[in-house]
This record gives sequence, C-alpha cells and structure tokens, in this order.
Amino acid sequence: MARINLTVDGASVSDDVEPRMLLVQYLREKLGKTGTVIGCDTSNCGACTVHLDGTSVKSCNVLAVQAEGCEVTTIEGLADTVDTDLHQVQESFRECHGLQCGFCTPGMIMQSVDLLKENPHPSEEEIRLGLEGNLCRCTGYHNIVKAVQHAATAAGGAR
Amino acid sequence: MTTLQDPPVESSPEIGRERRRKEDQRLITGRTRWTDNIVLPGMLHLAMVRSPFAHARITSIDTTEAKASRNVVTVLTGADLGESQGTLINAWAITTDQVTPAHPPMPSDRVSFAGEIVAVVVARTAAEARDAAELVDVEYDELPAAIDLKAAAAADSTSGVLAHPDLGTNKSAFWKFDSAEAGTGGDVDAAIEKARGDGIVIEREYRQQRLIPAFMEPRSTVVDPTGEQITMWSATQIPHILRFALAATTGVPESKIRVIAPDVGGGFGGKLQTTPEEWLTFCIANRLGKPVKYTETRSESLMVAHHGRDQWQKLTMSAEKDGTVTGLKVELLADLGSHVSLVGGGVPVLGAFMFNAIYKFPAYQFNCQTVLTNKTWTDAYRGAGRPEATFAIERLMTELAAELDVDPIEIRRKNWITHEEFPFMSVAGLEYDTGNYEAATDKALEMFGYDDLRAEQQRRRESGDPIQLGIGVSTFTEMCGLAPSRVLGQLNYGAGGWEHAAVRMLATGKVEVVTGASAHGQGHETAFSQIVADRLGVPFEDVEVLHGDTQTSPRGLDTYGSRSLVVGGEALVRAADKVIEKAKPIAAHLLEASVDDIEFAEGRLSVRGTDQGVAITEVAAAVFAAHDYPEGIEPSIDSEATYDPVNFNYPHGTHLCAMEVDTETGGVKIRKYVCVDDIGTIINPMIVAGQVHGGLVQGIAQALWEEAVYDDAGTLVSGSFVDYLLPTAADTLSFDVDHTSSPSTTNTLGTKGVGEAGTIASTPAVVNAVVDAIRHFGVDDVTMPCTPERVWKAIHSRGAGGEAATEGAAAPHFDAAEGTEGAGA
Amino acid sequence: MIPAEFDYLAPTSVEEVIAALAEHGDDAKILAGGQSLLPVLRMRLNAPEVVIDLGRIEALRGVRDDGDAIVIGAMTPHSVVGGDPLVAEHALLITKAVEHLADAQVRHRGTFGGALAHADPAGDLGAPALALGAQFVIAGAGGTRTVEADDFFVDLFETAIEDGEVLTEVRIPKHTGWGARYEKFVRVAHQWPIVAIAATVRAEGGTIAEARVGMTNMGSTPLRARAVEAALTGQPATEDAVRAAAAQAADGANPPSDLNGDADYRRHLATVLTRRAVLSAAGA
Repeated sequence: MARINLTVDGASVSDDVEPRMLLVQYLREKLGKTGTVIGCDTSNCGACTVHLDGTSVKSCNVLAVQAEGCEVTTIEGLADTVDTDLHQVQESFRECHGLQCGFCTPGMIMQSVDLLKENPHPSEEEIRLGLEGNLCRCTGYHNIVKAVQHAATAAGGAR
Repeated sequence: MTTLQDPPVESSPEIGRERRRKEDQRLITGRTRWTDNIVLPGMLHLAMVRSPFAHARITSIDTTEAKASRNVVTVLTGADLGESQGTLINAWAITTDQVTPAHPPMPSDRVSFAGEIVAVVVARTAAEARDAAELVDVEYDELPAAIDLKAAAAADSTSGVLAHPDLGTNKSAFWKFDSAEAGTGGDVDAAIEKARGDGIVIEREYRQQRLIPAFMEPRSTVVDPTGEQITMWSATQIPHILRFALAATTGVPESKIRVIAPDVGGGFGGKLQTTPEEWLTFCIANRLGKPVKYTETRSESLMVAHHGRDQWQKLTMSAEKDGTVTGLKVELLADLGSHVSLVGGGVPVLGAFMFNAIYKFPAYQFNCQTVLTNKTWTDAYRGAGRPEATFAIERLMTELAAELDVDPIEIRRKNWITHEEFPFMSVAGLEYDTGNYEAATDKALEMFGYDDLRAEQQRRRESGDPIQLGIGVSTFTEMCGLAPSRVLGQLNYGAGGWEHAAVRMLATGKVEVVTGASAHGQGHETAFSQIVADRLGVPFEDVEVLHGDTQTSPRGLDTYGSRSLVVGGEALVRAADKVIEKAKPIAAHLLEASVDDIEFAEGRLSVRGTDQGVAITEVAAAVFAAHDYPEGIEPSIDSEATYDPVNFNYPHGTHLCAMEVDTETGGVKIRKYVCVDDIGTIINPMIVAGQVHGGLVQGIAQALWEEAVYDDAGTLVSGSFVDYLLPTAADTLSFDVDHTSSPSTTNTLGTKGVGEAGTIASTPAVVNAVVDAIRHFGVDDVTMPCTPERVWKAIHSRGAGGEAATEGAAAPHFDAAEGTEGAGA
Repeated sequence: MIPAEFDYLAPTSVEEVIAALAEHGDDAKILAGGQSLLPVLRMRLNAPEVVIDLGRIEALRGVRDDGDAIVIGAMTPHSVVGGDPLVAEHALLITKAVEHLADAQVRHRGTFGGALAHADPAGDLGAPALALGAQFVIAGAGGTRTVEADDFFVDLFETAIEDGEVLTEVRIPKHTGWGARYEKFVRVAHQWPIVAIAATVRAEGGTIAEARVGMTNMGSTPLRARAVEAALTGQPATEDAVRAAAAQAADGANPPSDLNGDADYRRHLATVLTRRAVLSAAGA
C-alpha cells in the first residue's frame, strides 16, 4: 500500500492504495466518483478522460500513485454546483444532442473542454482531430462536433 | 396511394418539437446509474477463466492454488454447478427440426469457442478474483475446430470438421421462402431460365463480414439475493425477457425475480441476449447468499459478447434487357457460431422479407442455411438481417445498372413501387402501407447536387486524376416495429411482439408513464413524455417516464427492431386515450352534465357548447380524494394498454454517398453524404437526427472499417480496439439529413421506426460509391470492409481485393518487451 | 482489467533509478509516461515485480539548446515537445510527427524518451529520430554513454539500452531551416500507422540539397531510406524526380503483414508516401 494525497474536484483526499490501482479505479471505487467510466483496456476509447493538473489524460492509463500531489478534475467537478451553473460544454452537449446513451459523454466532455482551452476557436477539422482519442458508438460524432462548435461560439472563447 | 404530409402535425404542440432530452442532466454531470457503479454490502466479485481454444475437451481443472489465493471465497467449475446453473435458451427455432446444441452457461466437458467460460473465481475484490483466475490450471485436449463458414457448411459426419461432433452435422436449419409456393409471385427458376435466353442474368456472391456490436458500456451484472426477491441489475436491452428466461430455466419462480436495467450504455442488438455471465452471476449469488458482481473487460466483451452479420450471399437476378427485373433468387449461408443464441437463427430470416426491398419483382425465392462453427455465437446487430438483405439488393441493382450502362437511379425508378400503388403486397408477402420513393429520391438528388458530381466524376476519369470520385446510391426500405404476434407465431418465434404501457394520473397533477420498452440511449423519456403531454394536454415537464425495471414495469417486451416508438408508443397512446375515456363520466358528474356532452381537448374535459369544464388533472385529484364520484365506477382514471401491432411498418429513404478514392494508396474518403428518410410522423426531430447520424456511421463502418477476424485456430485476432477498428470523429463527416413524410397508416400517430434505418441504408451506399469510383479499372466489387489494401489490389488486379489482408496476426503494439527498456511511451 | 501486483518506486534522481535497476534487475520495469506500459500491465501481458516511475525526476524533463543540437529530456511529454519553439525551429520533423502521434490525452501523458525506448516499429518517433541522426544518452552504473540513432533500434521492442540502464535524453542535431513532413497512413485516426514516412529536406531554390528519410512500420525497427536520400541529393524538387527516387524506398525493407495490409502493399505504400512526404518537405 502507498499513501497518496491529492485534490479531486476541489476536495483534498488522502488514501492508502495498492500501487497497481489505476486512477480511474481510485476515482470510482475509493471516492465513489462513478461519473468517470471504464470503456476499454487499451486506452483507445477515452471514456475515462479526466483532467490531471489541468490537462486531459485517460485515467485508465495513469496509476493512482502517479497522481500523488496532483489536482484531478472529473466530470463531476466540472459544474460549479450539481444542478445549475453547468459548464458551457455540458450545456452545449445537451443543446446539440451530443449524447445518446451517455457512456462516452464524460470523456467526450472533458476532452472537449481541454480542446477548447487550447484552441478556443477550432475549425470542424480541428475539433474532429482533437477528439480522435474518444470513441462514441451512438451519435456518429455529428452532434458532438456541433456541440463543441456551439460551446466555442457561446463561450466566445472566454471560458 | 401515398401522399406526403408536411410535418409537424397541426395543433400538436409537442409532436414534432425539438425538446431537449430529459435524460441528459444526469448524463452530462456524471450522476449516472451504470450497473458497474453498484456497490452493495459484502458484495463479491467474479472473474471468468476462459478457454483459449476454439474447440477442446476439458481434461482437468485444478483450482487448488486459486482457492488459496488471497481473499478468494471459492472457485467453481461447470462440474461444481451442474444443472443448478440453468441453461441458455434459443427463443426462435426457425424450423421444427432445427439442430440446436445444448447451451450450458459453463460447460464441464467440452468448449466450443475461444472465450467460453470453464471456471469462475469468486473473491472479495475484482482484482483479487483476477489474480486467482490466473492460477486456475485447466488442461485441454484440443480438437479440430470448424472455423470457415463454407467449409463448415460442407462438412458432415464423414468428412470435414464438426463444431459439435455429437450432433453429426454443422447444419442447424434450412429455411426457404418461394413466391410461387406462397402464391405471392411467380417461379423464380423459370424467370432466370427465360432471362438466360432473352434477357440478362446478374450473378454475384457477397460476403457479409462478421461484426461486433461494440456498445461503449461493457456488460455488467449485479445480483442481490438478500431481499424477498432476487434482484438482478444488468446492462441489458431486455429486462423482461431476461426475467422470463431466468425463471424458465433455473426453476426460480418468476415472481421471485426482479430485473433492473439501469442506465445502459448502448446496445445495438448486442445487449439483446441472455448471457452465460448473467446466468452464472445469478446462480453463484444464490448459492452463496451474497450480492455478486461481474463486469467484463473490453477484451472479454469483444471476444464473447455476441457478434453480428457473418453471411455468404449467393444472388441471382434476372431482368429484361430494358432493366425490368423479373426474378431474384437468394441462397444464404449464415454463421451461427458455436450455439443458436436467443434469436440468432432468426436474424437471417428477418432479412428474408426484405431482399425484394422497394421493388416490384414478380418472382422471388429465399433459401437460408444456418451453420454451426467454433466461433463466438452471432445474433442481432443493428438491423439484424435487414442490412444484409439491403446490401445485397442495392449492390445488385447497381450492378444491373452497370451491366446495362444506365444510371443507377434510373434502374431503380424502373423497378420500384410508385406512390400510387400503395398499399402494396410485396412478393415476399408483406403489405407495405405507405411510401413515396420518388419524393425521397428527388429531394436527395437535389440536396446532393447529383448532376454536378457526375460531371466532376467524368472529368476526373478523363484526366486520369489519382483521386477518383464515386457516387453510391441506396434506396432502401425496411420492416420494423417488431412485431405482430401472430406473424411471430407463424415464424415459430417463442414470444409475442406486443408492448405494454400504463398511465398513472397522480393526485398532484403529475403523470407517471410506465413503458415496457427499455431504453439504452434512445431518448424514450423525452419522446414518450412528448406523446403523453400531447395526448393528455399536460405540460411536458409534468410527465415522468418509468422503465427498465420489472417491478415498476411488470409487462413488456423491451427494445429492439425499431419497435419502441411504433409499438411501445402506440400502447402509450392507447393507455392515454383510456385515461380520457375513464375521466369523462367523472367529469360529467362533477360538471352535472351528461357524459355524452363531454368532450376532451388540450387537457380539459368540457361540456359541449359551454365554457364549463375541468382539467384532466383536476379529475385525477377528484378521484384521489374520492369524496364525490359517480356510482358504479372505480375511483381511478389510471389506465393500461397492451398493443399488438397489426403489421410491421416500412420506413424508407434514399441515401447518396460521394466517395473519393486515392488510386495510389487505395485510401477512401467520404466527401459528401446525403440522406432523405421517410419515417412518417416525427415526434422529436432532434432525436431522430441523432438516430440517423449514429446509424449511418455504424453502417459506414461495416463498409469501410470493421471486421471480426479469426485465425485458422479460431482465435479472435481483432480482439481489442487496437484491431477492431471503430471510427473516430476524425474519420467521419457531418451529414446532410432530411426527411419526407408519408405517415404510416398502421398506428395512430403515423410513426415509423428509425433506429436501424441509417445502418441498413448506408453500407451499400458506401460500397456502391467505392466501386463506382474505380469501376473503369474493371472492378465490379470490393469485399467489405473496403480497406485501402483491398481497394488498391482491386484496382490493380481487377478483382474484389478480397484475398488481401485479414490474414495474419494483429500488430503487437502491446507485446511486452523483455528487460527494462520497454518504458511506457 | 487490473494489473498484477507490483511494488512501486518513485526515485527523484537518475542515480536512484540506476541503483534500483541494479537491485531488482529483470524483475523491474521502468514507467515513463505509461501510455504503452499500462495497457500491457492491465492485460497482464507482463507482470513485473517492481515498477520504477521516472515521473518524479524533474531533471529528465524539458527541451534545451546545446549549440549544434537540441536536447530533449526523456520524460518530456509529447505535448510539450510538439509545442516547443526550439524543436520547431531546429527539428521540424519531430514537431510534425508529434502533431498526430496517438491522441491528445496520450500526448499529454506519454513521453519522448518512453516512446523511443518502447521501440514499437509502428511508433511515430523512431523514423524521425533516425532521419535526424538523433543521439541517445543512456545512463548506467558506469556513467553515461551516447548511442547513435543507427545503433539504437535493435529489433522489435528492443533497443541498445542494456539491463541496468536508462535513457535520459535525446540529442538532435540541428536541422535549422529544413522543411519537414510526416506522412502517416492509417485507416482510422486512433491507429498506429500502417506505414509512415518521415522526410526532412534542405532545399536550395528548387533543388533538394540534402534529404533525410525515415520509415515507420516497414520492418522490425524504424528504417532509414538511404538509397532514396542519395538519389534525391541534387535533384530538382519535382514530381518526376522525386517519384524516381522514392521508387527505391522499400528496397531491402522487410515490412510486416497484418490485418491492415500485407508486406507487398506496405512496400508499395512506402514509395507513394515517400514521394508525397519529400515533395511536401521540399515545399514543392
């Protein structure tokens, strides 16, 4: 067991974990942050995407012990409150029907937030390339791309 | 005759409205209820030990070391569980003499596909269960495996390899439809013979490659036996069928089983199954008296969750020299895999009625042989039988056009049913209620800029441009809304096709709607709320839709076959109408009027010709108090309805694909995709568009990217997302989607199914486009998936490029390097 | 799936890493960014007893100017390398190759040295490193040594890094002003390349003064297309001239056959992609 101390969605947490525990398992099993999900075992699908010290990572491809001292933001920490003050990208995914079953959605939204942070005014092609690490089986990506465009426009690149 | 209708329907504020989805709030904030999220006190975890061999006798299983591993509760084998594990069922024996292998969840003597479970570890954590699973020592005596479909079909007890030697054959069932015998058309062999003399005969063989549904949420099951009932949560499309089958095969009374499908992350037919994992979790939880969870990994999911398609299609079409088709003969081989799964044998039969598609063929014959092999069993995948049929006919019509050197649109116009001819009895014996193929096609051609693209194609050909342009056409129809129960009975299906709904009028003015359909991404909560809000004249926000739990929704037949709206939605309409009828005498009593004078509109029951009336929600409150209501009736306006459809319904559409083919590399890129679908009345255009987009990409993916590949030993080579290629956003494009509307006449709202349309239509559109781009190189087919290698080889060998690729191993990117230098990338 | 159990070490200096390697030998595995290692561990294709995480060693991160070369620390994430102005100015081919390496999340986490040390012949960095004549600085118990790119890649997943050693940094000779193109051919975006060509060209007017060409996934290691380079030297940057030179790209290569294409198809692809990459790199 190794002791880790980190910040998750704004709260300081401290736990003893097995070194083999993946960050996504830590989030789900230790912290109950089941909003972040596991979709594959080869890091292709991106459903587990969270922000680690401000940039997107696949939390199935990071050990919990590697997150020692880091700041983690999950889909559950993106909105300011639970039901209101959603992040613009969350609003845009709803507005543009950028989700169906919703399983890939946490990862899609977290990656879209990262994408817009690095490029507030992306072209359609830049959006599509920026999401190449996230698989969706329901939407055909059409409305996901629209949602990111919507968020970029709505935010005016500010958020 | 079918006439077009302009949506949305008049005076219906909710029908046709782009309501944002009720489901989304929790999904976009991560407050979801996936089965794998569930944690119960004392819950134990399972890990499966799976056979690495496609076909082998189990000679011994040593669990000693595994049982001694840390925090292991027990390790169980097929011999340990015996009959207590129950059995998996085939609900659709397509013939009375179908050969159906026994299907124990965990066999004790012989495995018949790679990935079959041979032992189960139960431990306190999933990691510890996996640790111990590595320690289970299984010895096998490997047997020859039947892998290739054609070889398996040709084998018998004297030669070749049998998937189940004790059965003496690999042939499971032979199913035939002949229009001359059925009285729905002429003799196809005579038509072909005649065409060989004075017409044209097109003969082709197409491969429907094996696909994996690859829903994003891996399957998961939790069973809690600690309450009065045994509760199973499962990532399933079919909680009701699952409950029935568990009861029917384990001996546990149905009334003691509650099945819940919480948030379910996609299905596409892949979760239309009863699985060994569910049966074992159920059995072991009951045996131990503790809650038990099993969640599969993606690798397991790709390997053992049922696959789809996998057919060889031999097709013979006869036509007159002017392009009028005179007959179509279909001979299918369908790969069942190792077992006849829940409805697996019936999937090709669902296609039997659709090879004739939108056309007026005078003679038709369909022959299908289902075949057992030592591969993962197959079953429904989005479209289930109909994509295969549509692919075949839309490829054939295009080939006929090419043979006659006419435009592929023109050959279709010549043969399709015109809108004046509806209702139309098809040569396969179905009555198409409505359709307008001309209107959808005209609209699609205009949106596509068909003539301009044809001109560009010509320029590129003439200049020898390395980038060639192809145009693919697909004018499809499908039968959906499964299904009229009597028809299912005639087909020997093991259940009905009705759906059930209940509407509960709460005293506070809110409305609870219970549906037997079970959503997994479709947006039922939103669309059904719209229907009920519209029907009862109550606010959309006041309607709550309950589903996916056999306790709240005790009657239902779940979600597949584009049935939720057209069958489940109609049940809802009828239940709502019953509410209104029940409310009328109470309203009359409250208003001191005659019930004959009560009329209902926009949520109010009024006395005809006066301004007196009560809201239906007020009637609900009145019967809750029950202080003042008429004698002789019950104090409730809650209502239920079970609706059994009288017919399928028949959405159709015209899909056009412009494809750029890089002739130097064989690389393909879709430049433009237009589709105009006629799905009748649209409840929520936003949700419909989403269904179309997603369906399109799944169909395009069959054409271009996806294939489940086995090696000769029966190991799934494309066993991870590294090798089973799902497209990303970067590989796809934005679509031009529009609609025409000829409302169905078989349900109140005029709706038709939409869930499978995009998938069914797009695959042939894309392959037709690829072939069209390179036809001038002498190419008349490219085997799916149309990989760059196949396309390139087709150009350079004038073949289908079919022998290329798919041989050999997956690339070993995750092979473990020895030593210490293999640090992570 | 969950990795088998292991002990975890997070040294803060290279010396500690070498000491740990000496102590644990074959039982230890180095964790850099983990983007290939963790899937291996999760699928239990490998089960080391000890994992040595380089993530706490700040000295291994960053890009610096070192006269006639730039130096990239082994633990520098791809996203940092891809956005680094020094790299873009002096080794544009690296910038181009990193741009579409894996996906954004993997680029945030995966490291330059980790990817090279993993030595997947389909990895995107080997061919550019070869083409640019990179030098690999490897630390061991006996101090550090430098290995030339031509000697670094030994076989499939095998490099010149010996037991007990660790890759610390990669020196890339400056190719200031050279044009560059990484021509990557995939079926879907999240794939490893079926074949990719890394080309960098110093053009003078319309003439190719010098060219360097590396090939991804054309054998058990990244390869350098020396015959193509020689044939290009002094040629005009025209379609025909480059086509003729590129025709030799696959000479002597022994590419794999897999689900995405057989060896012959890969040989053909190499010639097409080489022509395209060189023409683009030459600004033609």
